[in-house]
Amino acid sequence: MIEFQDLHKAFGDKPVLQGVSLKIRDAETVVIIGYSGTGKSVALKHIVGLLHPDAGDVIVDGQAVSTLERDGLTALREGIGYVFQFAALFDSLTVAENLALGLRRRRVSAEEIEDRVREALALVDLSGTEERMPAELSGGMRKRVGIARAIALRPRYILYDEPTTGLDPVTSAVIDRLMVRTREHLGVTGVVVTHDMRSAYTVGDRIAMLYEGRIRQVGTVAEIQETEDGVVRQFIEGRPE
Amino acid sequence: MDMVRALPDVRTWARPAIVQMRRIGVDSIPVTLFIAAFTGVVLALQASYTFTGAVPLYFVGTLVGKTMMLELGPVICGLALAGRVGASMAAELGTMKVTEQVDALETLAYDPQSYLVLPRVIAGTVMFPMIIAFAMATGIVTGWLTSLALLDLSTPDFLKGLKLFYQFKDVWFGLFKSATFGFTITAVGCIVGLATRGGAEGVGKSTTRAVVYSAVLILLLDAFWAVVLL
Repeated sequence: MIEFQDLHKAFGDKPVLQGVSLKIRDAETVVIIGYSGTGKSVALKHIVGLLHPDAGDVIVDGQAVSTLERDGLTALREGIGYVFQFAALFDSLTVAENLALGLRRRRVSAEEIEDRVREALALVDLSGTEERMPAELSGGMRKRVGIARAIALRPRYILYDEPTTGLDPVTSAVIDRLMVRTREHLGVTGVVVTHDMRSAYTVGDRIAMLYEGRIRQVGTVAEIQETEDGVVRQFIEGRPE
Repeated sequence: MDMVRALPDVRTWARPAIVQMRRIGVDSIPVTLFIAAFTGVVLALQASYTFTGAVPLYFVGTLVGKTMMLELGPVICGLALAGRVGASMAAELGTMKVTEQVDALETLAYDPQSYLVLPRVIAGTVMFPMIIAFAMATGIVTGWLTSLALLDLSTPDFLKGLKLFYQFKDVWFGLFKSATFGFTITAVGCIVGLATRGGAEGVGKSTTRAVVYSAVLILLLDAFWAVVLL
């Protein structure tokens, strides 16, 4: 289980998170929605200790992330897959090497690495791209490789940072289907950060809206769709006022 | 301190260190030898111009040898490599930083110090003395060829001058200095690269900063070692 406990974070004198509290139960996918620049990605980065909170904490499997030493943090990260907004593939490595890098760190045998790379690429419909370089891939393909890199680790949690941003509607739908497939096949707990409502409705078990540094509302897809909260309604309907 | 902490993680840094040694070492040889070759030519000609009539011409060999080993080999090649190696590292790591590749590395449970910084710093520290040893030899050879072709100085006379005040310390001092330049250039390139913020503009600024800081530090270190070791 992942739990945000009264998380605060500011950059300089600009407060971003001002008391985020949210529980993500095992095997569910929670989508965090909110306006651009409200700190959704900032919240996500606290889960893997990429950012250190000013106050509060994120608890993952009973461990307070900000208190972990480097070894503890490494052990925690070994159980988490992270899909970055722009995929963050390593430019100098082939697709297969990008997937293998994390597995090598986990001392997986060479034969198993080969099998897992093949399986993960098949799951994202990119079999045969093993030897291609990231620069040779389209934006959608890069994102799918990013997802495959996370899946190949067989993590307990997968964190998706804006997985469909900047993609055309069809490719976005492919990515959504992929996230659902990943949850069904691997039973992983997912946290998805997005402002794409179609994607949120497709992949989320629950949706939480981050607004002015706090969770404004959290509920099932149906609850969010029927919300009476004006701020949430305006956001999900995409109304300018 | 972070680099020292990463040292025991040999499994992570050993493989990339070999890749970096090839990149820093083999790929830097042409530019370094080019610079050293012309430095040797100019040194021989300037020595002859300065000595005319007052000092025996075989001292050209002394000046070419001493200067290439003690000063110009390490410093000129160090400054050139600050541009080639330091800038390239700052740009590469800066781009990785702004495109979240460094964050991705951390989420894959790698320590960027072990995987990115240490291999580069080790490669720089080990390979710089080797590259600069070649540069010293090249500068002396081109100085000798220039003396033969343009100065009417015989090989035995050039060698006589070369050996006259030679001490083994000349070589190790130059090579030791080169190792410290290699350490400095790569460490600065990595530190500045990983501190990059913003997009392309940030990468550009980091690249410039890495070259400027490295050049200044090379000159300071050069003076420091001269005071401490000579």
